[in-house]
Amino acid sequence: MTSPNRTSSWLRYLHPAAVPPALRGWVLPALILFLWWAGYASGRFTNPLFVSPGKVVDAALELIRTGTLWQALSASLTRDLAGFAIGTLAGLALGTALGLFRLAENIFNPTLNAFKQVSIFAWVPLISLWFGLGDLAKIAFIALAAFWPAFINTLAAVRGVPKELVEVARVLGWNRQQLVRRVVLPAALPGIFSGVYLALIYAWLATLGSEYLLTAGTGIGNLLTDGQEQFRMDYVLLGVILVGLIGYGFTALAGGVERYFTRWQRR
Amino acid sequence: MAHAATLDIRNLGKHYPVSGEPKPVLENISLSIKPGEFVSIVGASGCGKSTLLRLIIGLEQDYQGEIALDGQRITGTSLNRGIVFQEHRLFPWLTVEQNVGLGLLNSEQTPAQRQKAIQEHIDLVGLKGFEGAYPYQLSGGMSQRVAIARALVNRPEVLLLDEPFGALDALTRNYLQQELQRIWEQEGITMILVTHDVEEAVYLGDRIVVMQPRPGRIKRIVDVPLARPRDRGSYDFAAIKEDVLQEFGDGKLVADLALRRPDPLTAGEWHFAW
Repeated sequence: MTSPNRTSSWLRYLHPAAVPPALRGWVLPALILFLWWAGYASGRFTNPLFVSPGKVVDAALELIRTGTLWQALSASLTRDLAGFAIGTLAGLALGTALGLFRLAENIFNPTLNAFKQVSIFAWVPLISLWFGLGDLAKIAFIALAAFWPAFINTLAAVRGVPKELVEVARVLGWNRQQLVRRVVLPAALPGIFSGVYLALIYAWLATLGSEYLLTAGTGIGNLLTDGQEQFRMDYVLLGVILVGLIGYGFTALAGGVERYFTRWQRR
Repeated sequence: MAHAATLDIRNLGKHYPVSGEPKPVLENISLSIKPGEFVSIVGASGCGKSTLLRLIIGLEQDYQGEIALDGQRITGTSLNRGIVFQEHRLFPWLTVEQNVGLGLLNSEQTPAQRQKAIQEHIDLVGLKGFEGAYPYQLSGGMSQRVAIARALVNRPEVLLLDEPFGALDALTRNYLQQELQRIWEQEGITMILVTHDVEEAVYLGDRIVVMQPRPGRIKRIVDVPLARPRDRGSYDFAAIKEDVLQEFGDGKLVADLALRRPDPLTAGEWHFAW
């Protein structure tokens, strides 16, 4: 038997190891795209809901030309970032306060723990009654979604600061402010970043959710629902691809920022 | 050279509450340490030797009796006492230089003086050239050197060492013991070393305080009247080591020692193999 490495067959070019490491992540998308196109080109799928990759590109070009795409994209991104900023800042502030002050923790934590159990979708009726179906309601929903991971991770990170390092600060005679600035915050930073990172992802998921649930206005979510209602599969697919790409972009960005700020960590 | 202080411990006792009852950890400890002296404290785990150091540094309070530095009762931490823990406890997000500088955060020196003090202490522990390295880039022995530099950069009167080389391999440990002795001679300060390594205690100490557990008490104080640098292979060195090890030969102490060394038969080999 020959080992797969030795074989000189053309099949080895299909082996994932034949692709440079940096490009291996593209193998699967390229394969899916190829199968999609091949399925279309074979002419065996006649259902009008099966559209070709080219049709999706056409839809994108058309929506770019009419300005609809840009409008939807900017509306979604604006409310996503607004909700993310509000929710994350609140989460960071409350998490830090509760992590640092026993009294604050005693007062707030039981209530927050109870609220945490409520699914964020259960808030939708309340939010729409209070804030309507417009941007304000959507941003409130997104902020709520971003708040929890930011809050929970910040609290855990601040509480989990190594006792050993706090003792060093005591031995060196630092005051509380020095302790927080020089021990607690840097030591908690990786944990806080995991929270912000999750908040960014949750906020983007919630952006789409808010556009489905609170239907007034424009956005990528509306592009998807409109496409669904009009049986425009090309719009639907374009929306799905855009949502995925933006989510991927956020993840990459957050990962880069996190790596920069925690570059002292052993990798 | 820093001023070295006299440390007076009189009738010291310490209790911890265990399920509501105060349980004695230290009982009736009396010890007077002269300026510039090197005292080793040995004892099996659970004899309260680390608690004793934590009381002297000021991380633990509420004790009975008296701990006084130059006549001043110790009531909390102070920059005139430094400590090196078993783990290096460096801040992983700071470089060697920044870690050493932590000790000077509240000092009244000018930035230039601080920089000079930091550099001097990095040189003192032999880490010139590693100023910009992060802790994850250092070996265990190097990290412990940085911890020593950080503890010394304030020029404390007393340096406490809580099993500082316990986690290092035998070769590194021997080398750092020599280095510590050099630093002690160079700085002329008082040092108190807690260890469970009897050879380390004999190699470094002017006196060896042998403690016994439950509750922690001083069993015996052994003088080490040997000239430095000490020869670990000499007859006198071996005799003192043997003498101290004898103290571990009875009752509870040996049980704890056996916990560290699973096979009691190797204990004999172990103590002649140095």
